[in-house]
Amino acid sequence: MGNWIINHGLSSFILVVWMAINIFLFLWFYFFYDLGDQFFYTRHILGSALAWARAPAAVLNFNCLLILLPVCRNLLSLIRGSFMCCGRTMRKQLDKNISFHKLVAYMIGLMTAVHTIAHFLNVEWYYNSRLGKYDDLSMALSSLDDSGNTTFLNPIRSTTTTPTLLVFTSVAGITGVIITLSLILIITSSMEVIRRSYFEVFWFTHHLFIVFFAGLVIHGAGRIVRSQTTTNPLHNATFCKDRIDDWGKIQECPVPQFAGGFPQTWMWVIGPMILYVCERLLRFIRYMQTVKYRKIVIRPSKVLELQLVKNGFKMDVGQYVFLNCPAISQLEWHPFTMTSAPEEDFFSVHIRSVGDWTQKLISIVEQLPEGAEGPKMGVDGPFGTASEDVFDYEVAMLVGAGIGVTPFASILKSIWYKFKDSNPKLRTRKIYFYWLCRETHAFEWFADLLQLLEREMEERGMGSFLTYKLYLTGWDQSHANHVMVHADADTDVVTGLKQKTNYGRPNWDKEFEQVRKENPTSVVGTFLCGPAVLATVLSKKCVKYTDVDPRKTKFYFNKENF
Amino acid sequence: NGKIEWAMWANEQALAAGLILLTGGIVGVAGQFRDREFAAYSIAAGVFVCLLEYPRGKRNKGTSVERTGQYCFTVCVKSFGPLTRNYYVRAFLHAAICVPGGFILAAVLGCVCLGIASLIYLAAAIRGEQWEPILPWKESARKPVGESIKLPPQNPPPRPPAEMRRKRAEDLEAAAYVNPIAVTANDD
Repeated sequence: MGNWIINHGLSSFILVVWMAINIFLFLWFYFFYDLGDQFFYTRHILGSALAWARAPAAVLNFNCLLILLPVCRNLLSLIRGSFMCCGRTMRKQLDKNISFHKLVAYMIGLMTAVHTIAHFLNVEWYYNSRLGKYDDLSMALSSLDDSGNTTFLNPIRSTTTTPTLLVFTSVAGITGVIITLSLILIITSSMEVIRRSYFEVFWFTHHLFIVFFAGLVIHGAGRIVRSQTTTNPLHNATFCKDRIDDWGKIQECPVPQFAGGFPQTWMWVIGPMILYVCERLLRFIRYMQTVKYRKIVIRPSKVLELQLVKNGFKMDVGQYVFLNCPAISQLEWHPFTMTSAPEEDFFSVHIRSVGDWTQKLISIVEQLPEGAEGPKMGVDGPFGTASEDVFDYEVAMLVGAGIGVTPFASILKSIWYKFKDSNPKLRTRKIYFYWLCRETHAFEWFADLLQLLEREMEERGMGSFLTYKLYLTGWDQSHANHVMVHADADTDVVTGLKQKTNYGRPNWDKEFEQVRKENPTSVVGTFLCGPAVLATVLSKKCVKYTDVDPRKTKFYFNKENF
Repeated sequence: NGKIEWAMWANEQALAAGLILLTGGIVGVAGQFRDREFAAYSIAAGVFVCLLEYPRGKRNKGTSVERTGQYCFTVCVKSFGPLTRNYYVRAFLHAAICVPGGFILAAVLGCVCLGIASLIYLAAAIRGEQWEPILPWKESARKPVGESIKLPPQNPPPRPPAEMRRKRAEDLEAAAYVNPIAVTANDD
């Protein structure tokens, strides 16, 4: 239990606070509309459907405010920077920005459903009331017109309209339909299947959020939800409701007046909207800055390495950039982790062919004549991720699965540089690196790096600083045969490295036991860049092997995600 | 991996539309709205669309992810042959189904969503996509194992005749061999 608190405590606290605010807003506004005197007459026609529509509206206001914030990457980087003093637990929360964005999106979806259903009921009740299907009071209220000295309560003014027609002839109705449709399209195109495989569809459809926010802000402009205003003399609803025929004739019951509520949504969302506009502006400005190619290399297994130079560009380990190539698509920005170290005078990315955009980029580059400059590229970033923290931990466990090894290329190179310069910023005493990969081809560019590090460390007698284990998870009989035949060789047959390749998946219990045994009092940071399944496994192990005793080994789990 | 298969998105959109039609229909019937016959239709249409769209089709490239428990639905949908395989049919079908939904407020959203799904299916059909069922891995996909491997060996392994294998006392040099592992006498 204690272990769970150390690793998940702050996230859970934030979620609880968020949920508490949602519940509070829902209940507050529910009772405001369900008990407020000014809505007495409105409720007579609509019943509690009024409150059921307005309560989710309040929750929607709150969540539409929140939804833009987790994707303001530059803002988040800024916060990360200013929280450098406040401990890594605080900063780790910012890694989970996309998860929070999704959670808020689900809440928006749910509340939209409740809000829409309640309003469907409201429109139907208003319609029935207008046609006199309810009692006399209801009829009287609905007959009130916007002429002379009366104001209307029931937004359905004519007896020949239909509920559908009302919706499509009112601001609230039209905007409501349009923004709900946008929301639905955003959600269906954001499903994991679509997002992972057809990123462009997801990204373009997601921009319907612009339509969503535009419609949302004017959604209340029609002031269709009416409440009773204070008149002089006062109209006491409880007294006057049974004296309909006396309205306007006796002193206690002047004709009741109604007005719509002032639209409030814009007040909630204007701040984040401005922040997000700034975010996109910043991205555009960065895009305009010149980016030059230092080197272009096509690696085995269709991996493209680009070494780029940009004025004033400063990065940290494990950060990522967004790339835009106008020759392929004017509008698309794709994220890539940088594989170079901050100590180098350029920054590099290794790009694998995984979709339309990456495929086109690789084919453009392949067709370039020898020595030609690469296609024009816009770069936004760098943006921070968990890897920045890796040097703060005395002991680090780095796990890279497949192409997820990329941020660790940056880290290992940086370590090498810091070590050579005896950089005091390097608190790390020991690194355990686990590389899981399905096939041997993808090893090459990274294997070169490891060979280099191996040699350097041998030269300085620092063999124990970095322990790395390679796991070939996609082995078959021919691999096994090959290895058996060459079992006596000094270096690994697959990678050419001194440390041998292991076959199959790591036994994490054994690995964590070993790390704990070798580092009985340290704080160990575990960093993963890989599939979600592995993240669950590792974070559970971190919880399992962490001691509540602060003097003993503690494991913290950090996940990279895109 | 990468080439957009529109049918995948059309499927998500249609399934969502089915659910929305169903919900709208339930609201219309439960709330006893006027024209609740349309609401009842909306429920039926919603259920039908959900049943049709629940089983995901197989992707042309890349791994197909099944929805939980979709196998029985896959079998049902597959049994209609070209009617369910062809996306032009689906596009037309969804366009036709969605129209009555437009008559009542509660089903309007479902109607428009299904209409959009129909358009995406049309795009998929124009690009030549088809619905293929995701079926469990067949036995025949594995490399065929030779029949002879299943019977015990009938003959002993080939060896030279016994006379040649026997160690000769006359020729000690040739008979001797070096132990791969050093052998030491037990001193205790």
